[in-house]
Amino acid sequence: MNHFLTTEGVSREELTALLDDADTFVEVLGRPIPKVPALRGKTVATMFFEPSTRTKLSFEKAAKALSADTMSFSPGNSSLSKGESLKDTVLTIEAMGTDAMVVRHKATGAPWRVAEWVDQPVLNAGDGAHQHPTQALLDALTIRRRFGTLDGLRIGIVGDVRHSRVARSDVFAFSTLGAEVTMIAPRTLLPINGDGWPAAATENFDDVLSELDVVYLLRVQAERGGASVFPSLSEYTNRYGMTRERFSRLKPDTVVLHPGPMNRGVEIAAEVADDERSLILEQVANGVAVRMAVLFRLMGGEHDE
Amino acid sequence: MDPGDVERALTRMAHEILERNRGTDDLVLVGIHTRGAPLAERMAAAIQGIEGSSVLSGSLDIGLYRDDLDTRPKTELGKTDVPEPIDGATVVLVDDVLYTGRTIRAALDALADLGRPERVQLAVLVDRGHRELPIRPDYIGKNLPTAQDERVTVHVSEIDGHDGVVIQPGGTT
Repeated sequence: MNHFLTTEGVSREELTALLDDADTFVEVLGRPIPKVPALRGKTVATMFFEPSTRTKLSFEKAAKALSADTMSFSPGNSSLSKGESLKDTVLTIEAMGTDAMVVRHKATGAPWRVAEWVDQPVLNAGDGAHQHPTQALLDALTIRRRFGTLDGLRIGIVGDVRHSRVARSDVFAFSTLGAEVTMIAPRTLLPINGDGWPAAATENFDDVLSELDVVYLLRVQAERGGASVFPSLSEYTNRYGMTRERFSRLKPDTVVLHPGPMNRGVEIAAEVADDERSLILEQVANGVAVRMAVLFRLMGGEHDE
Repeated sequence: MDPGDVERALTRMAHEILERNRGTDDLVLVGIHTRGAPLAERMAAAIQGIEGSSVLSGSLDIGLYRDDLDTRPKTELGKTDVPEPIDGATVVLVDDVLYTGRTIRAALDALADLGRPERVQLAVLVDRGHRELPIRPDYIGKNLPTAQDERVTVHVSEIDGHDGVVIQPGGTT
């Protein structure tokens, strides 16, 4: 593995090895000194061409916990606003002496282009509505730490699946790890070529509610046109929100995940978000561990070739 | 070394650890992943058999502390499970083979991130020489003079199904 760009096509063995390492890093992060010297002397550039708070902070914390230095880049105060091309920006930052690049961009495929241009590992931190592979890893880790395995679990992904890079990354990762995934959304928000996704689909949340082991609620993404597909937000909540009433119909050990940031009262009721069966803060904590695992995998040893 | 030799060496080292430290107070045995870990557990059991009082044991993975991460092939990270707190404890690090000393250097760094033991000692089943760092063992199962191109392999029944130590001639890698 030379880059980490997608969960699609990544083998079960590779995903499992990353999750095993991430378990180790969860333990490291719980130590009195939550830092190891594995990447001492290396520099990780976090290049977020699209706004982000949690993912950027999470990658920076992961790099620092491995003793790497970080350099960050955000478009607002960069030469991009002076007309510099993406390629020139990336090559300029590489020339300063970075050892890996974490890239988020609103254009699908941008991290793949960056990976062609530079001579170092590239990590996709989200490209458009396409992929967000470290999110899928942290979701899988959170589920695995709760249930021991994903094998045979029934996982429902609810909401705007079509415009969600989180959903796409999750569907491929979860199914590769042996889970049975169901996408739950109105037809207009299901993938157009849904037969390419290794998942079932339904428009009726209530039909499958009581069979699920994991309910994964997607955020209503106003910025990607998600909200405009519904007559109103309350219409969305009525049909697809995790209300207290729906929560009470879940199996007793079913857990709820959400990638954040949450719209409380829209896709998730405030009481559900704060329930002990909602693993949302565990997801955030596990995010640092899986990003450490990916950085260590790509930077912490001999390359595959 | 055959299985009997290994068992006798572990038992003798258990006695030596007790003698040197005058009992089991504040004693913690920490085995280095992978083959040091079962050896530490066995010595802890032996100490309990001799002294009647229990002694804590744990395991330490040093994969994140190596000084050769850039040049060696990637290995899976192992489990670190050291009994807490180790502040003020006497920690006996346990490993199968002592060679260059670099693993022990890494283990000392890893240990320092977990706390501040009162003292640290080192027990190894086999000392094969060729140190590259100023590190020496406190307890030795067997001194095994080797040529640098030879390979020393320790088998432990918990991982390999049987106990034993074999030297393979150089050039076979």
